Amino acid sequence: MSLASSVPVSLAPGQTSRLRVVFVGHVDHGKSTLIGRIFYDTNSFPDGKVDQIRDACLAEGMDFEYAFLLDALLEEQEQNITIDTTQIQFKTDRRPYVIIDAPGHKEFLKNMITGAASADAAVLLIAANEGVQEQSRRHGYLLSLLGIKQVVVAVNKMDLVDYSQETFAAVQAEYLDFLSRIGVQARAFVPISARNGVNVAARTAEAGAPNPMPWYEGPTVLEMLDTFEPPAPLVAMPLRMPIQDVYRFDHRRLLVGRIESGTLRLGDELVFSPNNKVSVVASIELWSGEEKTVALAGESVALTLKEQIFVQRGHVASHSSHAPIESNRFKARLFWMGKRPLQIGKSYKLKLATQELDAEVVSVENVMDASTLEVVTGERAFINRNDVAEVTLQTRGALVMDNHDRNPFMGRFVLVDERQVAGGGIIHSGIYADRTKVKSANIYWSEGNVSGRNRSLRNGHEGAVLWLTGLSGSGKSALARELERELFNGGRQVYVLDGDNIRHGLNSNLGFSKEDRLENIRRVSEVACLMADAGLIVITAFISPYLQDRRRAREIVLEGGHEFAEVFVDTPLEVCEARDVKGLYKRARAGEIPEFTGISAPYEAPESPEVTVRTVQNSLEECAASVLEYLVPRIRSMGEDEFSI
Amino acid sequence: MTLSASELLLPDFSSHPAHAGKYAAPTPGDCPAFFPKKVSRTDAAHLDALEAQSIYLLREAFHHFKALCMPWSMGKDSNVLIWLSRKAFGGHIPYPLLHIDTTYEFPEMLVYRDWAVKYHELNLIVKINEDARAGTGEYAERGPIGYETADPVTVTHELKTAALQQVMAEHQWSALITGIRRDEDPTRAKERYFSPRNKDFEWDYKDQPPEFWNQFTTSCAPGEHVRVQALLDWSERDIWQYIQREGIPIPHMYFSRKGPDGKQYRFRSLGCWPISGPVESEADTIDKIIDELATTKTSERAGRAQDHHERNAMQKLRAKGFM
Repeated sequence: MSLASSVPVSLAPGQTSRLRVVFVGHVDHGKSTLIGRIFYDTNSFPDGKVDQIRDACLAEGMDFEYAFLLDALLEEQEQNITIDTTQIQFKTDRRPYVIIDAPGHKEFLKNMITGAASADAAVLLIAANEGVQEQSRRHGYLLSLLGIKQVVVAVNKMDLVDYSQETFAAVQAEYLDFLSRIGVQARAFVPISARNGVNVAARTAEAGAPNPMPWYEGPTVLEMLDTFEPPAPLVAMPLRMPIQDVYRFDHRRLLVGRIESGTLRLGDELVFSPNNKVSVVASIELWSGEEKTVALAGESVALTLKEQIFVQRGHVASHSSHAPIESNRFKARLFWMGKRPLQIGKSYKLKLATQELDAEVVSVENVMDASTLEVVTGERAFINRNDVAEVTLQTRGALVMDNHDRNPFMGRFVLVDERQVAGGGIIHSGIYADRTKVKSANIYWSEGNVSGRNRSLRNGHEGAVLWLTGLSGSGKSALARELERELFNGGRQVYVLDGDNIRHGLNSNLGFSKEDRLENIRRVSEVACLMADAGLIVITAFISPYLQDRRRAREIVLEGGHEFAEVFVDTPLEVCEARDVKGLYKRARAGEIPEFTGISAPYEAPESPEVTVRTVQNSLEECAASVLEYLVPRIRSMGEDEFSI
Repeated sequence: MTLSASELLLPDFSSHPAHAGKYAAPTPGDCPAFFPKKVSRTDAAHLDALEAQSIYLLREAFHHFKALCMPWSMGKDSNVLIWLSRKAFGGHIPYPLLHIDTTYEFPEMLVYRDWAVKYHELNLIVKINEDARAGTGEYAERGPIGYETADPVTVTHELKTAALQQVMAEHQWSALITGIRRDEDPTRAKERYFSPRNKDFEWDYKDQPPEFWNQFTTSCAPGEHVRVQALLDWSERDIWQYIQREGIPIPHMYFSRKGPDGKQYRFRSLGCWPISGPVESEADTIDKIIDELATTKTSERAGRAQDHHERNAMQKLRAKGFM
């Protein structure tokens, strides 16, 4: 066993980087004792704690155990097992450590995952007298699944096997064989006696005491830990900044989130997935008002953009040259620890970075027993608790992701069942498209449902009506189409009603008299309300010049129980007339079109529209962004997992 | 704003063992807050990482819970929370703060509170369990609850946890942002960042939801709530180094002051005055406090009587809803 491969990296002056180490292993193989011993050996207990426990043991007629020092919870002492992940800190001369004590009991796999997922390194315990157990293998496998590569195997309780070199060699050989099958390399196997302090911090508990294992010349557990390295921040990798939220404080519109990988600079052009909007970083904001020009992986930042495009939580900012994958179907290795089995074809909430989408497992390639590594294929309807499976998942709407081996932060997700994280997965085999050439092409599908609540749960949003009003040529149709595409790409059900699809069919019997115009708008209002009943976001694009007509439209839709937003497309008459796309103004001026709004008939501007957009000052995208910013938070589905006060 | 003598009349400490002849009243005329001189000692990268994670957690809480609140004890940790909140939200704190006033607050801390409300522009809600103190309403049979008549665990439960339950019912908050840390207490070491509590505020520490890859329990059923523990990873030393690095204003009581008995005392942890004893210390600057921490092996809450009233007192308090 050589240490030559692990050369300690020198830290910048004044930096002490913590290493997070998870301790895993079969129940009763001595994790708490080892941790207690490490604390004792590194002088990390508060004054009086050791004496206090010694006294308590004496009073209750028990032998003193180092494990008692950690088992502060009453229940733990009663059951004699570690029930949940505990995090505690100690220090060696090299650096501070955070110890994560993960329970070995099979029932507590979720706690083991909770602890191990945040670790930089692992100590895996195997008791020499019992040898490799089911949990020893399961934990080894889960460590590899979680991507923890710095592993030291401590073969404990050597005192119970007379410090036998043969026993140690047998355990080592058996476990090495297992690890090689799952592609994990242990950095070292250390024979120890945690109880007697042998090979924990030093060769022996007391300096000068006889070494019971002179045949072992490798490092102690602590010496081994001191050779491990904390992960380097992923500054050199492609930029990924999942948007956490968009704030409007003061007059700034702040995009906030944590840079999970890469580097972001002032002036960078960012592409936001999955909607492929592009804008430039105008500022990296600090509360103190200082100027910041660069932000690195790991930082929680707030940005402003030059062009105000529509961005919301879940979108992922990257540079266009190294954009993430977006897809609604992907392969993953999934582990399940839910209280109920995972049902194939059932919809679960999937969370990846700040994205939340409904997802289902559509097929299972195989299920692997994490302990025996036995692979079972064939049709199945469930994935059971503690199973690890190769699956294909499908999400409702586009998911932004990376393959896990390329970017861990964007390559892992969890599934939620009954409000709790119940499973996790690692994404692989996704294909990167050249985003500068290919726009996303996602597949969407639907499913019939009965109640409005079911519809909104399925759609992920409530039905609503966006009522666009403005002069002929003001830009209503263009805005409607932009909004429709934007909402559709965001996975929402949306439809535009305008003259093209209404006048030719439903209202083909109507002309342009005052009565017919009124009836036209009434029918549009009723149809829009019905379509909102059906769960759709309906965008209407009609001049609708009269206050009274629009008021009635609002009443009809509100009566139907849906969100109604009047959007005033405020473009001055002279601009509309100058645009005169269809030549209508020219004909109206010539008297060829009677009662033409703005020329020979009035336009009653909205008194208090929900949103006003100005197409002269702002780009189409900016106009759409302001409408979406108003609408999207208001049509959030009140799903089972949420409630409002 | 400065300290005025009349506001600082101390409760009757003279007969109380925790205070008799020890901690002196502050000097009238001082600013109620201590402004540390900004010094960056070591561990810049470590503090940056803690700060980034806390800001991430605060923003997650704000996104997922429309009705949320941040309890504020005015202590060092909760002042760090205020600071982090301002950083997370561009200088504003978009949720109310809550002070559970047990009526056993140090007068000096109440002056600090009023000062900080103005300084940080806080939306502060103050809650006192009036019935418990007066022995009215549901407390009519038991009579007034206070340290004079009841043990510290009972008083903490009634004046803090029960008060919290009352104010939560009133405001229907579904999340609380807390400042607890894993290194404070063994039960807190097992906490999650987002830790659900049932209708009765109970913590099911035997069956906590999994939490990894920064995915949290971000919803709860009506009547239940989630504790968002934004400082879970910080240590006491981290808190002090961060206060020093950022120059965060905090109460004077953490700093050593000469007591009537001629010795130097400071508070390491601040709670109700009858159960918060000062410790002997010469540390009158943050540098000295940090140096002191490097050598001390007494636990932070050693001065807090309710934790030590009986075996597992903290465990019992926390299972019933205490922070």
